[in-house]
Amino acid sequence: MKTMLNVALPKGRLGEKVYAMFETAGFPCPSIKENNRKLIFENPECGVRYFWVKPSDVAIYVERGAADIGVAGKDILLEYQPDVYELLDLNLGKCRMCVAAKSGFRDDTRRQLRVATKFTNIAQNYYRSLGRDIDIIHLNGSIEIAPILGLSDVIVDIVETGTTLKENDLLVYDTIVPISARLISNKASYKFKGSQIDQIIRSMNAQMEEAR
Amino acid sequence: MDRALCSAEEISVCLRNLYEQFGYTAYKMSKFEEYDLYARNKDFLVSDSVITFTDRDGKLMALKPDVTLSIVKNGKDLPWAQKVYYNENVYRVTRGAHGYREIMQIGLEAMGSIDDYCICEVLTLATQSLKQISPDAVLEVSDLSILKELTDSLQIPLSKRETLVRFISQKNAHELAALCRDCGLSGEQTDVLRWLASTCGTPSEVLPELETKLSGFVSQETLRRFANVLQALDNEEILRIDFSVVDDIHYYNGFVFKGFVRGIPESILSGGQYDKLMKKMHRTSGAIGFAVYTDLLSRLEAPNTGFDVDTVLLYSPEVSPKALREQVNILMATGISVMTQTVMPENIRCRQVLKFNGSEVETLENNA
Repeated sequence: MKTMLNVALPKGRLGEKVYAMFETAGFPCPSIKENNRKLIFENPECGVRYFWVKPSDVAIYVERGAADIGVAGKDILLEYQPDVYELLDLNLGKCRMCVAAKSGFRDDTRRQLRVATKFTNIAQNYYRSLGRDIDIIHLNGSIEIAPILGLSDVIVDIVETGTTLKENDLLVYDTIVPISARLISNKASYKFKGSQIDQIIRSMNAQMEEAR
Repeated sequence: MDRALCSAEEISVCLRNLYEQFGYTAYKMSKFEEYDLYARNKDFLVSDSVITFTDRDGKLMALKPDVTLSIVKNGKDLPWAQKVYYNENVYRVTRGAHGYREIMQIGLEAMGSIDDYCICEVLTLATQSLKQISPDAVLEVSDLSILKELTDSLQIPLSKRETLVRFISQKNAHELAALCRDCGLSGEQTDVLRWLASTCGTPSEVLPELETKLSGFVSQETLRRFANVLQALDNEEILRIDFSVVDDIHYYNGFVFKGFVRGIPESILSGGQYDKLMKKMHRTSGAIGFAVYTDLLSRLEAPNTGFDVDTVLLYSPEVSPKALREQVNILMATGISVMTQTVMPENIRCRQVLKFNGSEVETLENNA
């Protein structure tokens, strides 16, 4: 029997695009395309098992070895710093981690800067590199309203098209880091399933080259 | 005995025997250490969270989060190698855990005059330790002096080295290439670093390529020494050269290694040469050692789907202790385990339930 390769895919459009790349790489699993509420799909003939998980949880599944490999956003990798291999930049789900504030905002360096964000570590590291004293306000969603309601001076958040910011009269003041989807691997799994994982890397690299 | 199903205790006994066979002596230590030792060497610890308490004389003490620091602190600079092994519990916060954990760890240290044979011996003991745990194991080995010479010869700015080492440890070739561009490296130089990050293979696969790729960047002496040590080792099938093993470069130097076994999603063995730690602790000699995290071994044990006990023997309160003892002895003489109870406990899986009234035994349930 083939050794099963466990793959954690992020639920949603990104996950579907990524699955197509795995399929082309020689790891198809037709049942995944059936319209149902199942979360785990496997194709024993190809030795692969896929499961849909919340995008922010992919790194945890991979780090803890429940999944051998997975696809996670660079934002999640920077925020949680899981002990995994980051094998490939898939150039999908591209966006930016930005500092945004109300139009007309001016950083008053005489006082502490209040920063609202879901990404506390990224914000902390960024402002530490600038030597700026900040007060982090951790929020779980609707970050954009924090400066409008006076909860914070700025926000640190992911910006894809900028539409949400625009509609809330916010502007991007700085780009911290570009974000895209990354192929990650559990370190132990890479030792024992390296040939399957390398096959996927080679094929995905070729697919990206072709798409360029 | 099925090695993959060994319990942590059985493995510990096997490993202690193995280390004693090579002349390593047991090193028993107290569970406590003065907190100051850890405050001065926080970066060496896996986590900087330490359980502290004030002793009766007012000294701030800690429950040991690490064993190596204590052994180094208590050792002396000797013209020979002091070889010790330990089997201790340490107390620390592990990655992703929300609180402190007691972690069982067995390991060894060689301190003093460390030559290439001594490094070979420690690597051999690491491979043999892994083989005791599982036949399906991998020991990945790197040499930080190769990485140091390479980054020196490529003139990577000191401010970028920590990031570069992180990308190598993540096998993150795409961001490594971007960093190389930032540092003004040529395509050929970038390829060398990318090769270093992505390489993973047995010594016979990697060593011939190593010289071709790195000569001109790393001295022949360093490359030859690395090759000589690896070629002197047995168990080539479980050895992998992988330069993504990069422990803290402020404490470790030279050979560093990590061990994995199939079925455990993280490294179960970790070690290396830590001359830099010795220097920080005002010692002039070298040192090498490793630890096996035996608490992880429970992941290899199959879940218990069998019976908790062979027989539950129910008895009424009137039955005399003497009669009950005799009945238990009779049952145990047939080689089965017996749990005596006055009422049937919940959640106990047993082959049979018997009832004893003082003279006769009646079978109430038979699940065999």
